[in-house]
Amino acid sequence: MKFLLVEDNKDLANAIVSRMEMSGHVVDHAEKLEDASDYVATGDYDLILLDIMLPDGDGRAFLQKHRASDFDTPVIVLTARSQVSDRIGSLDLGADDYVTKPFDHAELEARCRAVLRRRAGNTTTAIEVGGIEFDPVAGHLIVCGNAVTLRNRELRLLELFLNAPGKIFSKNKLADRLFSYDDDVSENAIEVYIGRLRKHLQPSALRITTLRGLGYRLDQDG
Amino acid sequence: MDSPVVSGSLRNRLALTLIGGAAALALLLFFAARNYAVQVAQRGQDNILEASVTSMLDAAALRNGRVELDLPYSAFSMLATPADDRVFYAILQDGVFLSGYEDLTFSESASDRSPTFESGQMRGAAVRKISASRTLIGANKRTEIQIVLAQTKDALAEALDQISRNAALLGVGFFALAAALSFWATSATIGQLGKLTSSVTRRGPQDLSPFTKPVPREMAPLVSSLNSLMGRLDQSLSQSEDFIAEAAHRVRTPLATVRSYAEATLQRVDKEENREAMRSMVKAIDESSRAAGQLLDHAMITFRADHLEREKIDLVDLARDLVLRLTPIADMKDLSISLRGDPQVPYSGDLVLLQNAVRNLIDNAMKYSPAESSIDVTASAHPTPRITVCDHGPGFPEDEIDTLTLRFQRGANATGTIGSGLGLTIARDVAHAHGGKLELANQREGGACVTLSL
Repeated sequence: MKFLLVEDNKDLANAIVSRMEMSGHVVDHAEKLEDASDYVATGDYDLILLDIMLPDGDGRAFLQKHRASDFDTPVIVLTARSQVSDRIGSLDLGADDYVTKPFDHAELEARCRAVLRRRAGNTTTAIEVGGIEFDPVAGHLIVCGNAVTLRNRELRLLELFLNAPGKIFSKNKLADRLFSYDDDVSENAIEVYIGRLRKHLQPSALRITTLRGLGYRLDQDG
Repeated sequence: MDSPVVSGSLRNRLALTLIGGAAALALLLFFAARNYAVQVAQRGQDNILEASVTSMLDAAALRNGRVELDLPYSAFSMLATPADDRVFYAILQDGVFLSGYEDLTFSESASDRSPTFESGQMRGAAVRKISASRTLIGANKRTEIQIVLAQTKDALAEALDQISRNAALLGVGFFALAAALSFWATSATIGQLGKLTSSVTRRGPQDLSPFTKPVPREMAPLVSSLNSLMGRLDQSLSQSEDFIAEAAHRVRTPLATVRSYAEATLQRVDKEENREAMRSMVKAIDESSRAAGQLLDHAMITFRADHLEREKIDLVDLARDLVLRLTPIADMKDLSISLRGDPQVPYSGDLVLLQNAVRNLIDNAMKYSPAESSIDVTASAHPTPRITVCDHGPGFPEDEIDTLTLRFQRGANATGTIGSGLGLTIARDVAHAHGGKLELANQREGGACVTLSL
């Protein structure tokens, strides 16, 4: 997926970009509305993350201007303002959703996924590998021709493995991606989700290998 | 709202002053008219008495050294009154009584052709008395004729009574007219204040624009101070709103940066003790940002609760929006949120406040729900418009259920969960601002239920 991030705070922008890239997305970063307009004119984006308070204007004005000219790329607004009252303004101006700073990156990803799924009528981004067909946006998984319903955490776990095949993930790293920081996570919980995913992938050529003391890795038979 | 301390009434004070003045003037008018009438009537009697006595004196003549006095009939006839007043007379020559009533005494101050009038008593009746004299000069003889004439004052008293009655009637009439006028004038004057009051009262809670309708000159200072007060109020209100928005921005943006860095670092670090430190850091940031957010929300709610911006809303729409909005977060925990209840629950309330309250309730439910459970949001119109949020978590501790809505009060089982203890307080304050209440309960099969009843 190709994202455009419009955010004037460089530190925050870097953090968002690196996090998004870790999840396998390509992110362009604009610091000003002027740059954002150039990016939008030349690039074809799947999603735009738009800050409200920018040095050369109000992000909502930018949104309103672009929405008025047949611009239908989904937009998620990043706001630090008083939450509820801003919500009305942004959504009325054509934003698809909003997150309030400071946000949980997992929440931002979840909202991106939800917005993309809602807008994904015409595009498919399915990954085909080892006998499975996986559409992370729609959350569809087809294993050897059979549709499988994934729960959200199973879906995120599979996505994580598919984005970095052959990489070893420790239990703790997986836990940090699947659970929020205020959840009490037992080692056991990760094993439960790994177990479920293994069961779903059983008919395919994909295997989740346990590396004792290190973690888990996605392998392909043959 | 406190009613102001009332000290007297402007209307009464004005009316009393005007009526009191009118009464004093009416009394003055009565006495002046009566006094003048007394003087005029007395002068009339005096004139007749003088004419009568003059005609008597004129009839006196000195013939062959003897005084001859033939009292003319006209002298008495002119004294006739409708009240049949009695007339007394005495004729004296050089101080020696000649004829008439001997007990009438001549006033010594009377001189030739200059009569003296006196009021006095004569045989038990009030009389007016004239003393006049004339010097008769004959051949080497000179003598003085003195006449005292008195008349009772019955006719005069009758006339005076009549005049007094009329003067009193006039006074009462004058008083009544003046009193009516003063009531009218008072009402008309106070009415201007009433008009201003009703135009202040009729205003909507958000209308802080200055008054532009014309007012009497005397009220202009009041209106201009009212306008300047409105201006300052408007300014301070919008400053408070701006301040809340600005404070939120200033607090949240740096927190967002720190949190993002901490999270990104967490992904790269492998050493478990460092990871634990980063995790605690993210947790602390979440706690402070949530607290900051809720404190600001709480400030906004306190600020708005005094003047609710009520509008017609549908509680089902409101709940549906929030459920849609919160579903991605619920998904992360594999929670499902269901919306049930009536198809429509119309209510007139403050949308921003109600959204905030219900969002806090669903947030709470999500925090305490075990993974892969469901949260039920129910909107119903009966018995009162209400939204209920139920979860399948541990429920409220029974012994704390009454104190949980207090500010910063958190349940005994909340340790390890991020929260500021303001969520239920916010929901309760919003309920109270709308004249409703927040009810906390546990379900029999487990889980907490919170009802925002309006």
